[in-house]
Amino acid sequence: MLHEIIIAGFGGQGVLSMGQLMAHAGMMEGRHVAWIPSYGPEMRGGTANCGVTISDSPISCPVVTNPTCAIVLNNPSLVKFAPLVKPGGLLLVDGTLVDEKSERTDITAYYIPASQIADELGNARIANIVLLGAFITLTGALQPESVLAALKKVLPERRHHLIPLNEKALQAGVDYIRRVVAQC
Amino acid sequence: MEKVLMKGNEAIGEAAVQAGCRFFFGYPITPQTELPEYMARRLPEVGGCFLQAESEIGAINMVYGAASCGERVMTSSSGPGISLKQEGISYLAGAELPCVIVNIMRGGPGLGNIGAAQADYLQAVKGGGHGDYRLLVLAPASVQELYDLTITAFDLADTYRNPVMILGDGILGQMMEPVVFRPAAEIKKPAGEKEWAVTGRKGGRPARLISSLHIVPENLEKHVNKLMEKYRRIEEKEKRWEEYHTADAEVLLVAYGTSARIAKGAVDRLRREGLAVGLFRPITLWPFPAAELAAVAENCRQVLVVEMSAGQMVEDVRLALGGKLPVHFYGRTGGMLPDLNYLVQLVRELIKGGGGGE
Repeated sequence: MLHEIIIAGFGGQGVLSMGQLMAHAGMMEGRHVAWIPSYGPEMRGGTANCGVTISDSPISCPVVTNPTCAIVLNNPSLVKFAPLVKPGGLLLVDGTLVDEKSERTDITAYYIPASQIADELGNARIANIVLLGAFITLTGALQPESVLAALKKVLPERRHHLIPLNEKALQAGVDYIRRVVAQC
Repeated sequence: MEKVLMKGNEAIGEAAVQAGCRFFFGYPITPQTELPEYMARRLPEVGGCFLQAESEIGAINMVYGAASCGERVMTSSSGPGISLKQEGISYLAGAELPCVIVNIMRGGPGLGNIGAAQADYLQAVKGGGHGDYRLLVLAPASVQELYDLTITAFDLADTYRNPVMILGDGILGQMMEPVVFRPAAEIKKPAGEKEWAVTGRKGGRPARLISSLHIVPENLEKHVNKLMEKYRRIEEKEKRWEEYHTADAEVLLVAYGTSARIAKGAVDRLRREGLAVGLFRPITLWPFPAAELAAVAENCRQVLVVEMSAGQMVEDVRLALGGKLPVHFYGRTGGMLPDLNYLVQLVRELIKGGGGGE
């Protein structure tokens, strides 16, 4: 399988680190991975995005042009990236922060109250991991165990006390999608 | 072997350390700053010296000093900084000093921008500084290759007593991919003192002089001829390239670095459509694998060069092919990337058109 993902939002929402986490987890599963950040003259509060490729075969082109999945955490990113998603692809939106909807009918969109869920877990900044839980549940691109194992590698030791919270957030994303899918 | 997920810039730094480089002189500039940052952290751990110079000109002259003493030394920058280093690079080539210079290219000319670009090709392979000289120019296309070719660069620099340039771009520098390190025992390092290095006349050995000054024209001509002889040997022995689905290709794409990765993506898509498309990727930009490209292109009908520039390597491709078949060009510049969809469509149309004219 080839997963080409774009993650986009404001700087500080953990967009780049979420992409790195996915690449790490994919590598630990023995898959081919690549991660490319936008590195424009970014500033605090400006937009940030990254492209992640996870593939069972060697990656010819690591530049993501038409993602199989776009994960967006703010309005400008929805406007910019929803039109680029491959037909039949997936759009995951933090519905707490984004009030617009994509008009595309050839992709599947989920508006997940990720920031609200994260807030209820005690830290709104962990919305990215809620979305990651949703992503892996919908696509099967990564195993939750490898995401958690990658988290231990990516987070510096002094941040390891946050791992239980991340684990809860990931599970909350998984649970949310399972509930939504069960209702369909 | 264990894989490590690294940024391209960091992979260059780690490769340099593993290759025995103990001196790094540089000055920050996006998109290569992670490399000096990595060296600032890593070199003190292995007893090396990282120094942020007062300017790029300072840095390249410090490289001259360390190389004169026989040490493995590196500097890095991006376009504007590499332009500032050109005087020193010419001196290094003239004095036959081994060193590795990294250019992680950004949008130009002038201050340009920090987007990824490949518009420093001509500067890298045709001179840049003054005088009759050549740099070996290596063009990696993945983070693994940045690691591997950095080690190769130090070997080539020592083998030929010549500066070697790693020509990357902003995407390669910023991108993360898995890297497998080589076992330390497999990495060659110079054994003992280089017989030309200035190390102090211990025990009254004959004096050594490192200089690019040959004030008598007869002597300078002799020196330049000696350099040319060396460059001929390099051209004979050191060309590197990759062929991807070239055997039956009707349209041959030619690209290096990040452009080559995008071109590879296009080849994959077009092959799935049943179209005979291949990629020739030069890995050494100087020496340019001209005869090798011509041999591969022999059975093709058209060539399409893809670059992140307004058209630079395309000149070498045209020289290599001598007008025998049409050479088309698709370039994006100013920090923009070639568009995969556009490229795929372009090749479809070339095949439909059958290859008449430019």
